[in-house]
Amino acid sequence: MDFKSLLAIFLAAILTENYILNKFLGICPFLGVSKKLDTATGMSVAVIFVMVISTAVTYPIYTYVLVPNGLSYLQTVLFILIIAALVQFIETVLKKYIPTLYRALGIYLPLITTNCAVLGITMLVIDKGENYIEALVNALGSGVGFLVAMVIFAGIRERLEHNDIPKFLRGLPTTLVAASLTAVSFLGFQGLVDGMLR
Amino acid sequence: MNEITFPIVLVAGIGILCGVVLAIASIIMAVPKDEKEIEIRDVLPGANCGACGFSGCDGYAAALAKGKAQPGLCAPGGAAVAAATAKILGGSAGTIEEKVAVVHCLGSNDNTQNKVVYEGIESCAAANIVAGGVADCEYGCMGIGDCVKACQYNAIEVCNGVARVDPSRCKGCTMCVKACPKHLIDMVPKKKQAVNFCQNCDKGPMVMKVCKVGCIGCMKCVKTCPQGAIKVDKFHAIVDPSKCIGCGACIEVCPRHCLKMMDV
Repeated sequence: MDFKSLLAIFLAAILTENYILNKFLGICPFLGVSKKLDTATGMSVAVIFVMVISTAVTYPIYTYVLVPNGLSYLQTVLFILIIAALVQFIETVLKKYIPTLYRALGIYLPLITTNCAVLGITMLVIDKGENYIEALVNALGSGVGFLVAMVIFAGIRERLEHNDIPKFLRGLPTTLVAASLTAVSFLGFQGLVDGMLR
Repeated sequence: MNEITFPIVLVAGIGILCGVVLAIASIIMAVPKDEKEIEIRDVLPGANCGACGFSGCDGYAAALAKGKAQPGLCAPGGAAVAAATAKILGGSAGTIEEKVAVVHCLGSNDNTQNKVVYEGIESCAAANIVAGGVADCEYGCMGIGDCVKACQYNAIEVCNGVARVDPSRCKGCTMCVKACPKHLIDMVPKKKQAVNFCQNCDKGPMVMKVCKVGCIGCMKCVKTCPQGAIKVDKFHAIVDPSKCIGCGACIEVCPRHCLKMMDV
Protein backbone atom coordinates (compact mmCIF):
# COMPACT_ATOMS: atom_id res chain seq x y z
CA MET A 1 0.00 0.00 0.00
CA ASP A 2 2.40 2.64 -1.18
CA PHE A 3 1.71 6.06 -2.57
CA LYS A 4 1.75 4.77 -6.12
CA SER A 5 -1.07 2.29 -5.62
CA LEU A 6 -3.14 4.94 -3.81
CA LEU A 7 -2.62 7.30 -6.73
CA ALA A 8 -3.66 4.50 -9.07
CA ILE A 9 -6.87 4.00 -7.10
CA PHE A 10 -7.54 7.74 -7.07
CA LEU A 11 -7.02 8.18 -10.81
CA ALA A 12 -8.94 5.01 -11.65
CA ALA A 13 -11.89 6.25 -9.61
CA ILE A 14 -11.91 9.50 -11.61
CA LEU A 15 -11.27 8.23 -15.13
CA THR A 16 -11.77 4.53 -15.76
CA GLU A 17 -14.29 3.74 -13.04
CA ASN A 18 -16.20 6.98 -13.12
CA TYR A 19 -19.39 6.50 -11.15
CA ILE A 20 -21.62 8.35 -13.55
CA LEU A 21 -20.12 7.59 -16.92
CA ASN A 22 -18.89 4.07 -16.31
CA LYS A 23 -21.03 2.57 -13.56
CA PHE A 24 -24.16 4.58 -14.36
CA LEU A 25 -24.84 5.45 -10.75
CA GLY A 26 -26.10 8.88 -9.70
CA ILE A 27 -27.77 9.52 -13.03
CA CYS A 28 -30.58 11.56 -11.48
CA PRO A 29 -28.37 14.46 -10.35
CA PHE A 30 -26.34 14.04 -13.54
CA LEU A 31 -29.40 14.83 -15.64
CA GLY A 32 -31.23 16.90 -13.05
CA VAL A 33 -28.79 19.53 -11.83
CA SER A 34 -26.38 19.73 -14.74
CA LYS A 35 -28.19 22.56 -16.48
CA LYS A 36 -25.93 25.23 -15.06
CA LEU A 37 -22.27 25.11 -14.21
CA ASP A 38 -22.52 26.62 -10.73
CA THR A 39 -25.32 24.33 -9.52
CA ALA A 40 -23.46 21.34 -10.96
CA THR A 41 -20.32 22.34 -9.06
CA GLY A 42 -22.24 22.92 -5.82
CA MET A 43 -23.90 19.53 -6.07
CA SER A 44 -20.60 17.80 -6.84
CA VAL A 45 -18.77 19.37 -3.92
CA ALA A 46 -21.55 18.20 -1.62
CA VAL A 47 -21.27 14.70 -3.14
CA ILE A 48 -17.49 14.58 -2.55
CA PHE A 49 -18.05 15.65 1.04
CA VAL A 50 -20.76 13.08 1.74
CA MET A 51 -19.02 10.23 -0.11
CA VAL A 52 -15.85 10.53 1.97
CA ILE A 53 -17.62 10.93 5.29
CA SER A 54 -20.12 8.13 4.75
CA THR A 55 -17.37 5.75 3.65
CA ALA A 56 -15.39 6.72 6.72
CA VAL A 57 -18.33 5.78 8.94
CA THR A 58 -19.88 2.78 7.19
CA TYR A 59 -16.61 0.90 6.59
CA PRO A 60 -15.80 0.36 10.31
CA ILE A 61 -19.43 -0.49 11.08
CA TYR A 62 -19.38 -3.17 8.39
CA THR A 63 -16.02 -4.57 9.43
CA TYR A 64 -16.45 -4.49 13.20
CA VAL A 65 -20.19 -4.89 13.71
CA LEU A 66 -21.76 -6.72 10.79
CA VAL A 67 -19.04 -9.18 9.74
CA PRO A 68 -18.22 -10.63 13.23
CA ASN A 69 -21.93 -11.29 13.77
CA GLY A 70 -22.45 -12.79 10.32
CA LEU A 71 -24.92 -10.08 9.38
CA SER A 72 -23.31 -8.76 6.20
CA TYR A 73 -26.65 -9.26 4.40
CA LEU A 74 -27.94 -6.23 6.37
CA GLN A 75 -25.41 -4.03 4.58
CA THR A 76 -27.82 -2.21 2.26
CA VAL A 77 -30.49 -1.51 4.85
CA LEU A 78 -28.09 -0.32 7.51
CA PHE A 79 -25.99 1.77 5.14
CA ILE A 80 -29.03 3.67 3.90
CA LEU A 81 -30.10 4.31 7.48
CA ILE A 82 -26.65 5.43 8.58
CA ILE A 83 -25.96 7.64 5.56
CA ALA A 84 -29.33 9.37 5.88
CA ALA A 85 -28.84 10.04 9.58
CA LEU A 86 -25.24 11.11 9.02
CA VAL A 87 -26.08 13.65 6.33
CA GLN A 88 -28.81 15.08 8.52
CA PHE A 89 -26.38 15.31 11.41
CA ILE A 90 -23.72 17.00 9.29
CA GLU A 91 -26.28 19.49 8.08
CA THR A 92 -27.19 20.43 11.64
CA VAL A 93 -23.55 20.80 12.61
CA LEU A 94 -22.72 22.89 9.56
CA LYS A 95 -25.73 25.14 10.11
CA LYS A 96 -24.52 25.91 13.59
CA TYR A 97 -20.75 26.13 13.25
CA ILE A 98 -19.87 26.72 9.59
CA PRO A 99 -22.84 28.65 8.17
CA THR A 100 -20.82 29.76 5.14
CA LEU A 101 -20.21 26.16 4.06
CA TYR A 102 -23.83 25.35 4.88
CA ARG A 103 -25.02 28.11 2.56
CA ALA A 104 -22.57 27.03 -0.14
CA LEU A 105 -23.76 23.41 -0.10
CA GLY A 106 -27.30 24.63 0.36
CA ILE A 107 -30.12 22.36 -0.66
CA TYR A 108 -27.80 19.80 -2.24
CA LEU A 109 -26.82 18.27 1.06
CA PRO A 110 -30.26 16.80 1.93
CA LEU A 111 -30.83 16.00 -1.75
CA ILE A 112 -27.98 13.51 -1.90
CA THR A 113 -28.94 11.76 1.33
CA THR A 114 -30.22 8.77 -0.58
CA ASN A 115 -28.18 9.19 -3.74
CA CYS A 116 -27.28 5.84 -5.30
CA ALA A 117 -23.72 6.95 -6.09
CA VAL A 118 -23.13 7.58 -2.38
CA LEU A 119 -24.60 4.23 -1.39
CA GLY A 120 -22.70 2.65 -4.28
CA ILE A 121 -19.27 3.83 -3.16
CA THR A 122 -19.77 2.63 0.42
CA MET A 123 -20.74 -0.86 -0.77
CA LEU A 124 -18.33 -1.23 -3.69
CA VAL A 125 -15.20 -0.41 -1.67
CA ILE A 126 -16.15 -3.28 0.62
CA ASP A 127 -16.85 -5.61 -2.31
CA LYS A 128 -13.43 -4.81 -3.69
CA GLY A 129 -11.81 -5.81 -0.41
CA GLU A 130 -9.90 -2.54 -0.05
CA ASN A 131 -8.48 -1.52 3.30
CA TYR A 132 -9.61 1.58 5.18
CA ILE A 133 -7.13 4.05 3.65
CA GLU A 134 -7.70 2.71 0.14
CA ALA A 135 -11.45 2.94 0.65
CA LEU A 136 -11.19 6.58 1.69
CA VAL A 137 -8.97 7.46 -1.26
CA ASN A 138 -11.36 5.64 -3.56
CA ALA A 139 -14.29 7.58 -2.12
CA LEU A 140 -12.47 10.88 -2.60
CA GLY A 141 -11.53 9.92 -6.16
CA SER A 142 -15.08 8.88 -6.97
CA GLY A 143 -16.35 12.19 -5.67
CA VAL A 144 -13.86 14.07 -7.83
CA GLY A 145 -14.87 11.86 -10.76
CA PHE A 146 -18.47 12.86 -10.11
CA LEU A 147 -17.38 16.50 -10.17
CA VAL A 148 -15.48 16.03 -13.44
CA ALA A 149 -18.44 14.36 -15.13
CA MET A 150 -20.89 16.98 -13.86
CA VAL A 151 -18.72 19.92 -14.90
CA ILE A 152 -18.04 18.50 -18.37
CA PHE A 153 -21.69 17.73 -18.90
CA ALA A 154 -22.90 21.08 -17.57
CA GLY A 155 -20.58 22.75 -20.07
CA ILE A 156 -21.97 20.61 -22.88
CA ARG A 157 -25.55 21.34 -21.89
CA GLU A 158 -25.00 25.07 -21.68
CA ARG A 159 -23.80 24.91 -25.27
CA LEU A 160 -26.64 22.64 -26.35
CA GLU A 161 -29.11 25.29 -25.20
CA HIS A 162 -28.01 27.62 -28.00
CA ASN A 163 -28.11 25.06 -30.78
CA ASP A 164 -30.74 24.73 -33.43
CA ILE A 165 -32.08 21.28 -32.60
CA PRO A 166 -35.05 19.64 -34.34
CA LYS A 167 -38.14 20.12 -32.23
CA PHE A 168 -38.74 16.44 -31.42
CA LEU A 169 -35.21 16.08 -30.04
CA ARG A 170 -35.21 19.16 -27.81
CA GLY A 171 -34.79 18.77 -24.08
CA LEU A 172 -34.33 15.31 -22.60
CA PRO A 173 -33.67 13.38 -25.86
CA THR A 174 -30.63 15.48 -26.78
CA THR A 175 -29.49 15.39 -23.17
CA LEU A 176 -29.56 11.59 -23.17
CA VAL A 177 -27.74 11.40 -26.51
CA ALA A 178 -25.10 13.82 -25.22
CA ALA A 179 -24.79 11.82 -21.98
CA SER A 180 -24.22 8.56 -23.84
CA LEU A 181 -21.62 10.16 -26.11
CA THR A 182 -19.82 11.56 -23.08
CA ALA A 183 -19.86 8.09 -21.52
CA VAL A 184 -18.46 6.56 -24.70
CA SER A 185 -15.70 9.15 -24.77
CA PHE A 186 -14.69 8.12 -21.24
CA LEU A 187 -14.16 4.59 -22.53
CA GLY A 188 -11.04 6.01 -24.11
CA PHE A 189 -9.39 6.04 -20.67
CA GLN A 190 -9.78 2.25 -20.37
CA GLY A 191 -6.50 0.67 -19.36
CA LEU A 192 -4.77 4.04 -19.05
CA VAL A 193 -4.27 3.98 -15.29
CA ASP A 194 -3.19 0.34 -15.22
CA GLY A 195 -0.69 0.94 -17.98
CA MET A 196 0.73 4.02 -16.29
CA LEU A 197 1.00 3.03 -12.66
CA ARG A 198 0.72 -0.70 -12.18
CA MET B 1 -34.35 -17.57 17.35
CA ASN B 2 -31.24 -15.55 17.98
CA GLU B 3 -30.66 -15.40 14.23
CA ILE B 4 -33.80 -13.35 13.86
CA THR B 5 -33.93 -11.32 17.04
CA PHE B 6 -30.34 -10.11 16.99
CA PRO B 7 -30.48 -8.43 13.56
CA ILE B 8 -33.84 -6.87 14.45
CA VAL B 9 -32.47 -5.53 17.70
CA LEU B 10 -29.31 -4.34 15.99
CA VAL B 11 -31.04 -2.45 13.18
CA ALA B 12 -33.68 -1.06 15.51
CA GLY B 13 -30.98 -0.10 17.99
CA ILE B 14 -28.91 1.73 15.40
CA GLY B 15 -32.06 3.40 14.09
CA ILE B 16 -33.08 4.57 17.54
CA LEU B 17 -29.51 5.67 18.28
CA CYS B 18 -29.41 7.74 15.09
CA GLY B 19 -32.80 9.25 15.93
CA VAL B 20 -31.76 10.16 19.47
CA VAL B 21 -28.45 11.64 18.32
CA LEU B 22 -30.23 13.72 15.68
CA ALA B 23 -32.85 14.88 18.17
CA ILE B 24 -30.21 15.89 20.70
CA ALA B 25 -28.12 17.56 18.00
CA SER B 26 -31.07 19.59 16.79
CA ILE B 27 -31.70 20.81 20.34
CA ILE B 28 -28.07 21.52 21.25
CA MET B 29 -27.15 23.06 17.94
CA ALA B 30 -30.39 24.84 17.20
CA VAL B 31 -29.68 28.13 15.48
CA PRO B 32 -31.62 30.73 17.42
CA LYS B 33 -34.04 32.52 15.14
CA ASP B 34 -35.68 35.67 16.28
CA GLU B 35 -39.32 34.97 17.10
CA LYS B 36 -40.24 38.54 16.25
CA GLU B 37 -38.67 38.10 12.83
CA ILE B 38 -40.83 35.05 12.08
CA GLU B 39 -43.95 36.82 13.31
CA ILE B 40 -43.24 39.92 11.24
CA ARG B 41 -42.45 37.85 8.18
CA ASP B 42 -45.89 36.23 8.50
CA VAL B 43 -47.54 39.63 8.55
CA LEU B 44 -45.71 41.04 5.53
CA PRO B 45 -47.41 40.48 2.17
CA GLY B 46 -44.57 38.42 0.66
CA ALA B 47 -44.51 40.25 -2.66
CA ASN B 48 -40.72 40.76 -2.37
CA CYS B 49 -41.08 44.00 -4.32
CA GLY B 50 -38.29 45.85 -2.55
CA ALA B 51 -40.26 49.04 -2.01
CA CYS B 52 -39.02 49.08 1.61
CA GLY B 53 -35.42 49.24 0.40
CA PHE B 54 -34.46 45.81 1.74
CA SER B 55 -33.84 42.59 -0.13
CA GLY B 56 -37.38 41.28 -0.12
CA CYS B 57 -39.77 40.62 2.75
CA ASP B 58 -37.30 38.39 4.62
CA GLY B 59 -34.71 41.15 4.65
CA TYR B 60 -37.20 43.73 5.88
CA ALA B 61 -38.47 41.39 8.61
CA ALA B 62 -34.91 40.77 9.81
CA ALA B 63 -34.12 44.49 9.82
CA LEU B 64 -37.35 45.28 11.70
CA ALA B 65 -36.67 42.61 14.31
CA LYS B 66 -33.19 44.00 14.92
CA GLY B 67 -34.58 47.53 15.19
CA LYS B 68 -32.70 48.71 12.13
CA ALA B 69 -35.81 49.72 10.21
CA GLN B 70 -39.02 51.58 10.86
CA PRO B 71 -42.44 49.94 10.47
CA GLY B 72 -44.54 51.36 7.67
CA LEU B 73 -41.98 51.15 4.88
CA CYS B 74 -43.99 48.37 3.27
CA ALA B 75 -45.95 50.08 0.53
CA PRO B 76 -48.03 47.11 -0.71
CA GLY B 77 -49.05 46.25 2.86
CA GLY B 78 -50.09 49.80 3.66
CA ALA B 79 -51.52 50.85 6.99
CA ALA B 80 -52.74 47.41 8.03
CA VAL B 81 -49.29 45.84 7.80
CA ALA B 82 -47.65 48.86 9.41
CA ALA B 83 -50.01 48.59 12.37
CA ALA B 84 -49.47 44.84 12.66
CA THR B 85 -45.67 45.09 12.56
CA ALA B 86 -45.69 47.97 15.02
CA LYS B 87 -47.86 45.90 17.36
CA ILE B 88 -45.38 43.00 17.23
CA LEU B 89 -42.52 45.39 17.94
CA GLY B 90 -44.50 47.04 20.73
CA GLY B 91 -44.78 50.56 19.38
CA SER B 92 -47.28 52.68 17.53
CA ALA B 93 -47.41 52.71 13.78
CA GLY B 94 -47.95 56.43 13.42
CA THR B 95 -49.91 57.63 10.43
CA ILE B 96 -49.07 56.02 7.15
CA GLU B 97 -49.95 57.96 4.06
CA GLU B 98 -50.97 55.57 1.32
CA LYS B 99 -49.76 56.54 -2.10
CA VAL B 100 -50.52 55.53 -5.65
CA ALA B 101 -48.47 55.88 -8.80
CA VAL B 102 -49.40 58.44 -11.46
CA VAL B 103 -48.04 58.68 -14.99
CA HIS B 104 -47.46 62.36 -15.68
CA CYS B 105 -48.26 62.31 -19.37
CA LEU B 106 -51.39 62.66 -21.48
CA GLY B 107 -49.57 62.13 -24.77
CA SER B 108 -51.93 59.58 -26.27
CA ASN B 109 -51.91 59.04 -30.03
CA ASP B 110 -54.66 61.69 -30.42
CA ASN B 111 -52.61 64.38 -28.74
CA THR B 112 -49.07 63.78 -29.92
CA GLN B 113 -47.22 61.82 -32.57
CA ASN B 114 -44.15 59.65 -32.76
CA LYS B 115 -41.28 61.24 -34.65
CA VAL B 116 -39.93 57.86 -35.79
CA VAL B 117 -41.23 54.37 -36.39
CA TYR B 118 -39.44 52.38 -33.74
CA GLU B 119 -38.82 48.74 -34.50
CA GLY B 120 -36.02 48.04 -32.05
CA ILE B 121 -35.95 46.20 -28.74
CA GLU B 122 -39.33 46.29 -27.03
CA SER B 123 -38.24 48.38 -24.09
CA CYS B 124 -38.62 52.05 -23.12
CA ALA B 125 -35.09 52.06 -21.73
CA ALA B 126 -33.71 50.92 -25.09
CA ALA B 127 -35.92 53.26 -27.12
CA ASN B 128 -34.92 56.17 -24.91
CA ILE B 129 -31.28 55.71 -25.86
CA VAL B 130 -32.13 56.21 -29.54
CA ALA B 131 -32.05 60.00 -29.99
CA GLY B 132 -33.88 60.71 -26.75
CA GLY B 133 -36.89 58.53 -27.36
CA VAL B 134 -39.29 57.86 -30.17
CA ALA B 135 -42.06 60.35 -29.38
CA ASP B 136 -42.26 63.91 -30.70
CA CYS B 137 -42.27 65.11 -27.11
CA GLU B 138 -38.91 64.40 -25.58
CA TYR B 139 -40.40 64.27 -22.09
CA GLY B 140 -43.48 62.17 -22.78
CA CYS B 141 -44.54 58.56 -22.47
CA MET B 142 -43.40 56.35 -25.35
CA GLY B 143 -45.98 53.72 -24.53
CA ILE B 144 -43.71 50.70 -24.93
CA GLY B 145 -44.51 49.58 -21.41
CA ASP B 146 -41.45 49.04 -19.22
CA CYS B 147 -43.70 50.06 -16.34
CA VAL B 148 -46.28 47.45 -17.35
CA LYS B 149 -43.61 44.77 -17.14
CA ALA B 150 -42.34 46.12 -13.82
CA CYS B 151 -45.79 46.09 -12.16
CA GLN B 152 -46.47 42.92 -10.20
CA TYR B 153 -50.11 43.80 -9.66
CA ASN B 154 -51.23 44.34 -13.28
CA ALA B 155 -52.13 47.89 -12.32
CA ILE B 156 -50.63 49.54 -15.41
CA GLU B 157 -51.66 49.25 -19.01
CA VAL B 158 -50.66 51.13 -22.12
CA CYS B 159 -53.74 52.41 -23.86
CA ASN B 160 -53.63 54.52 -26.99
CA GLY B 161 -49.89 55.04 -26.68
CA VAL B 162 -49.69 56.20 -23.11
CA ALA B 163 -49.33 54.27 -19.85
CA ARG B 164 -52.14 54.50 -17.30
CA VAL B 165 -52.17 53.37 -13.68
CA ASP B 166 -55.32 51.80 -12.26
CA PRO B 167 -55.34 53.36 -8.76
CA SER B 168 -57.59 50.63 -7.35
CA ARG B 169 -54.97 48.01 -8.18
CA CYS B 170 -51.86 50.06 -7.41
CA LYS B 171 -50.24 49.00 -4.14
CA GLY B 172 -47.64 51.76 -4.17
CA CYS B 173 -44.57 49.55 -4.46
CA THR B 174 -42.74 52.12 -6.66
CA MET B 175 -41.38 49.50 -9.06
CA CYS B 176 -42.77 51.43 -12.04
CA VAL B 177 -41.20 54.66 -10.79
CA LYS B 178 -37.81 53.00 -11.03
CA ALA B 179 -38.60 51.41 -14.41
CA CYS B 180 -39.57 54.58 -16.32
CA PRO B 181 -36.56 56.01 -18.19
CA LYS B 182 -38.41 59.32 -18.64
CA HIS B 183 -39.07 59.65 -14.89
CA LEU B 184 -42.73 60.26 -15.66
CA ILE B 185 -44.16 58.19 -12.83
CA ASP B 186 -44.54 59.72 -9.43
CA MET B 187 -46.22 58.75 -6.17
CA VAL B 188 -49.12 60.90 -4.99
CA PRO B 189 -51.19 60.55 -1.80
CA LYS B 190 -54.58 58.90 -1.98
CA LYS B 191 -56.91 61.92 -1.81
CA LYS B 192 -58.89 64.29 -3.99
CA GLN B 193 -56.40 66.61 -5.61
CA ALA B 194 -55.37 68.37 -8.79
CA VAL B 195 -52.52 66.82 -10.73
CA ASN B 196 -50.61 68.30 -13.62
CA PHE B 197 -50.30 65.53 -16.16
CA CYS B 198 -47.47 67.10 -18.13
CA GLN B 199 -43.77 67.30 -17.38
CA ASN B 200 -42.50 69.01 -20.52
CA CYS B 201 -39.61 71.29 -19.58
CA ASP B 202 -39.60 73.23 -22.87
CA LYS B 203 -40.99 76.72 -23.38
CA GLY B 204 -44.61 77.17 -24.44
CA PRO B 205 -44.24 77.41 -28.24
CA MET B 206 -42.08 74.27 -28.34
CA VAL B 207 -44.69 72.38 -26.34
CA MET B 208 -47.51 73.63 -28.58
CA LYS B 209 -45.76 72.13 -31.60
CA VAL B 210 -45.48 68.62 -30.21
CA CYS B 211 -48.57 68.09 -28.07
CA LYS B 212 -52.17 69.25 -27.85
CA VAL B 213 -52.32 68.92 -24.08
CA GLY B 214 -48.83 69.94 -22.98
CA CYS B 215 -48.29 72.37 -20.13
CA ILE B 216 -46.92 75.70 -21.37
CA GLY B 217 -46.23 77.22 -17.99
CA CYS B 218 -48.73 80.09 -18.45
CA MET B 219 -49.02 80.68 -14.67
CA LYS B 220 -52.85 80.89 -14.75
CA CYS B 221 -53.20 78.04 -12.27
CA VAL B 222 -50.55 79.53 -10.00
CA LYS B 223 -52.50 82.80 -9.81
CA THR B 224 -55.83 81.07 -9.28
CA CYS B 225 -54.89 78.59 -6.55
CA PRO B 226 -56.27 79.80 -3.20
CA GLN B 227 -53.79 77.63 -1.28
CA GLY B 228 -50.61 78.56 -3.14
CA ALA B 229 -50.12 74.89 -3.86
CA ILE B 230 -48.96 75.29 -7.45
CA LYS B 231 -45.65 76.56 -8.71
CA VAL B 232 -44.15 76.63 -12.16
CA ASP B 233 -40.68 75.21 -12.49
CA LYS B 234 -38.90 74.55 -15.79
CA PHE B 235 -41.93 75.80 -17.74
CA HIS B 236 -44.47 73.38 -16.31
CA ALA B 237 -46.77 73.55 -13.32
CA ILE B 238 -46.17 71.36 -10.27
CA VAL B 239 -48.91 70.78 -7.70
CA ASP B 240 -47.86 70.24 -4.11
CA PRO B 241 -50.19 67.45 -2.93
CA SER B 242 -49.77 68.37 0.73
CA LYS B 243 -51.22 71.84 0.11
CA CYS B 244 -53.85 71.01 -2.53
CA ILE B 245 -57.40 70.88 -1.17
CA GLY B 246 -58.99 69.66 -4.37
CA CYS B 247 -61.12 72.74 -5.01
CA GLY B 248 -60.71 72.47 -8.78
CA ALA B 249 -60.19 76.19 -9.41
CA CYS B 250 -56.99 75.61 -11.35
CA ILE B 251 -58.59 73.02 -13.57
CA GLU B 252 -61.22 75.48 -14.73
CA VAL B 253 -58.67 78.05 -15.84
CA CYS B 254 -56.15 75.69 -17.45
CA PRO B 255 -56.11 76.48 -21.19
CA ARG B 256 -54.28 73.27 -22.09
CA HIS B 257 -56.42 70.85 -20.06
CA CYS B 258 -53.36 69.12 -18.69
CA LEU B 259 -54.41 69.79 -15.10
CA LYS B 260 -56.92 67.20 -14.03
CA MET B 261 -58.70 66.23 -10.87
CA MET B 262 -57.65 62.96 -9.37
CA ASP B 263 -59.82 61.24 -6.80
CA VAL B 264 -58.92 57.78 -5.57
